[in-house]
Amino acid sequence: MRHQVLIALASAGCLAVFPGIAAYAKKKSADEARQFLQQIPKDQRIEQALNRLTFGPRPDDAAQVKAMGLKIWIDRQLHPDRIAENPVLLEKLKTLDTLTMTSDQLVRNYPTPQMVKQMVAGQMPFPTDPGKKMMIEKLAERYEKQGQQPNGAADPAANQNAPPDPAELRKMLTGDQIRSLRQGTPEQRLAFFQSLPQSKQDYVVMAMPGVRQAISSVGSPELRRRIELIGGPQQVVYRDLAESKVLRAIYSNRQLEEQLDDFWFNHFNVYLDKGADRYLVTAYERDAIRPHVLGKFRDLLEATAKSPAMLFYLDNWQSVGPNAPQPRGQNNKQNRGLNENYGRELMELHTLGVDNGYTQKDVTEVARCFTGWTINQPQRGGKFVFNPRLHDNGEKVVLGVTIPAGGGEKDGEKVLDILARQPATARFISKKLAMRFVADDPPAAMLDRMADTFLKSDGDIRQVMLTMIDSKEFWSVGAYRSKMKSPLEMVASAVRSVNGNVDYATALMQQVAQLGEPLYRKLEPTGYSNSSMEWANSASLMARMNFALQLAGNKVAGVKVEVAQAATPGDPLAGIPLGSPDFQKR
Amino acid sequence: MTNRRIFLRNSGLAMVGIGTAPLWLKRALYAADAPSPRNSTRKKILVAIFQRGAADGLNVVVPHGERAYYDLRPTIAIPRPSASGEKSGETALDLDGFFGLHPSLAPLKPLYAAQHLAIVDAIGSPDPTRSHFDAQDYMESGTPGRKSTDSGWMNRGLPRIEGKESPVRAVALGAQLPRAMRGREPALALQSIGGFQVHDEAAAMQFEQMYMASKDPMLQAAGRETFEAMAMLQSIQKQPYVPAAGADYRGPFGNSLKQIAQLIKSDVGVEMAFADIGNWDHHVNEVAQRSTEGQLANRLQEFGASLAAFWLDMGDRMQDVVVVTMSEFGRTARENGDRGTDHGHANSMFVMGGGVKGGKVYGKWPGLEREQLYEGRDLALTTDFRDVLGELVSRHMGNPSVNGVFPGYKPNFLGLV
Repeated sequence: MRHQVLIALASAGCLAVFPGIAAYAKKKSADEARQFLQQIPKDQRIEQALNRLTFGPRPDDAAQVKAMGLKIWIDRQLHPDRIAENPVLLEKLKTLDTLTMTSDQLVRNYPTPQMVKQMVAGQMPFPTDPGKKMMIEKLAERYEKQGQQPNGAADPAANQNAPPDPAELRKMLTGDQIRSLRQGTPEQRLAFFQSLPQSKQDYVVMAMPGVRQAISSVGSPELRRRIELIGGPQQVVYRDLAESKVLRAIYSNRQLEEQLDDFWFNHFNVYLDKGADRYLVTAYERDAIRPHVLGKFRDLLEATAKSPAMLFYLDNWQSVGPNAPQPRGQNNKQNRGLNENYGRELMELHTLGVDNGYTQKDVTEVARCFTGWTINQPQRGGKFVFNPRLHDNGEKVVLGVTIPAGGGEKDGEKVLDILARQPATARFISKKLAMRFVADDPPAAMLDRMADTFLKSDGDIRQVMLTMIDSKEFWSVGAYRSKMKSPLEMVASAVRSVNGNVDYATALMQQVAQLGEPLYRKLEPTGYSNSSMEWANSASLMARMNFALQLAGNKVAGVKVEVAQAATPGDPLAGIPLGSPDFQKR
Repeated sequence: MTNRRIFLRNSGLAMVGIGTAPLWLKRALYAADAPSPRNSTRKKILVAIFQRGAADGLNVVVPHGERAYYDLRPTIAIPRPSASGEKSGETALDLDGFFGLHPSLAPLKPLYAAQHLAIVDAIGSPDPTRSHFDAQDYMESGTPGRKSTDSGWMNRGLPRIEGKESPVRAVALGAQLPRAMRGREPALALQSIGGFQVHDEAAAMQFEQMYMASKDPMLQAAGRETFEAMAMLQSIQKQPYVPAAGADYRGPFGNSLKQIAQLIKSDVGVEMAFADIGNWDHHVNEVAQRSTEGQLANRLQEFGASLAAFWLDMGDRMQDVVVVTMSEFGRTARENGDRGTDHGHANSMFVMGGGVKGGKVYGKWPGLEREQLYEGRDLALTTDFRDVLGELVSRHMGNPSVNGVFPGYKPNFLGLV
């Protein structure tokens, strides 16, 4: 192979190598250009489509696509509403009840310790569901007992893992009962747990972290739910989100929609652990991102711009125009002024691309346009509102376009109109999509075609995707198996490839984090890079190999796999193919 | 294909100095003639500590000479040093007649006296945010006010070197690589030295062969890097680590520092190390009835004892090492109604090392009178945190491009090293 020759040359010493590399580089790029022109053999096309448009092929997928016809399969994936969703997935998602709640329902049903305190003090209503209300009263009691100061800063999970108070333990349970809970297989311990009366069960779940963990791994979804609630109700919101993402990636019949949901969430990244965003991200993904992943870019852009999650994450909710009427009734007035964060990232990351034809002046002007786009009670899961008292109503000039004074809420919408239709935006979005779906360094000719479609179709994402998939570059030797899987892709494709049965995905979602992609927890607004290089590091590679061994050895909690090649059940070497270099690529 | 293109592009950089090529590329280029890290001359090492949650600098480095401090904090102020020995053990430990250390930091007092520990006061990030998230983000990226910086100051601060690099050149203790260490240069997050391995020996051997034989240069090189790091860390792990006698490492933070000491003393080429210690957000019960009790004292005991243990454990090696501490912002000058403090502005930083000009509190004291407070409530900022980090990156680590590490800012060196 040429690159091996190159490495051999390179290691021989740098002085000797330079002329060789320089000459080689020229030849190389010509070779590369040819690789994107050279088509893969016909019998690899289905594999290429499955690798790029899904989270990895399951054993029967290729045959099914072949039977249906590749063209028809792609067309269906581009119209997910025409595909019946997998009933197995729907059944699994049913338990994750936070997914369908509004943000304010989430706040009330899964409160932070601070909110628990407020509920008890009558400053906030309890959840309407009697079971949840009871659980929260119990939690409040427990916080009280532990002397924990629920100030929102302490880590409730840390407290929940403390060993039980021995005196209290003996009061609640007999020595025999304690032994039965602590000894035996998880199944035996669960059976004994279920024989206890409800009040004692509640105590065990609250006070005995070891038992809680053991029975949780074998318990029903409802029991796990009860246990999660005890571990800190607000954690449930995050866990449901991350679990559902993994479950959908593995089970959804609408695979391209899932890929695009992941792509667009990452493009418009929001960090879940930033304060109120913990309760806002569920609605953000469900209502702002998902409905538009194959729709018009302009609609997607506005949905994110008006989402409480984004307004909070990039601080626009507290941005006040320099000429705005002073806000009344705000208790932290001194810290308020124009905040440019959203304005800058909107151009740099969401539309035009970094340093791509805008100035600092444009950033300030865009920020002025968005003053007043705020949230009504963000800490209570509030909604988007336009507050004219925060808005700078003067004239603005954005990218040379004058936005006359007095536009109010419309100023921001005009900015979105301008930005969504810029050629720079068409190009930037096309390139990001191509990096994800085609190759790390996609050829310019294809990007030109995609950007052209973007502009002609008024930012119709489905049309842009179609142009990309219809490009010969998509089916080229240069694209084929050239991308490294992201951690989510790696974990999902591994489970899919061995037809794994996922009972619950908590452990899988932790694996995705171990591999370097904590879901919903990318701190920077950039999101994760779409380049393969993002994942080629030691810690991630090590985690991939270990995950492969665990999965194939049936040691990932909640997942059962059958590995045909395994000589003996539980043989760790059965995981070798999944941890191999080849499996890391798609 | 892309990987090869990257390979070539970066190889091209070799002609003008190895530049920004990833570690594995450099390794491939220089494998034949590079010295092994164990034989190379001792490198300078920077250890950064992040106190997450915004530590209350005013109760850590106590301005006991300032009357307003006691007016603002009637119940949680740390008592003045007392000549008569009254309230012995609960008063501030005097440093220079004006400042004193919190009594729970007693293990650090001898280091200050021996001039190995410097303190910078009224320091922090100039950005006005009081959000933990934003302030930590800015302090770790090294670019206050700019969110989209995609790398951290420690990663950019790694000096460019030619020749073979250690796979553990930049190491963070923890599950995830911290923001400060992310970037182009390879950096490794470790939960523990012993934990970095493929959990099955036979499988490890097979994997190693597969990755070495991979035709994908990116995976081949990343695989080589992984197995080298694993071999290196496993070899360190062979003998149980015994810290120097008397080193009193405490808690999870102490455990992190102990592993950093172990890595440095094993001469495996560590240049930057990072550890954090959380839970400094003391809105409630920061100080209990006695100054040596309560949430703050608890954190400081783990913090101070572990730093002193690190010093003792490292011995002579501290000549090459500087430890610097930081926290995202300070806390309100006035106490709140719950024996705690709320989010504030300026804070203090510690700088410890054999080459540090210690025994001194650096920085200009802005005062705590009403008109001297930032926004009427917080300690004002008189030194930018980048002045300290910039000096350490430049003078200690020998990185000539401070501009590249802290773009858009020209640090004012304080003369700490």
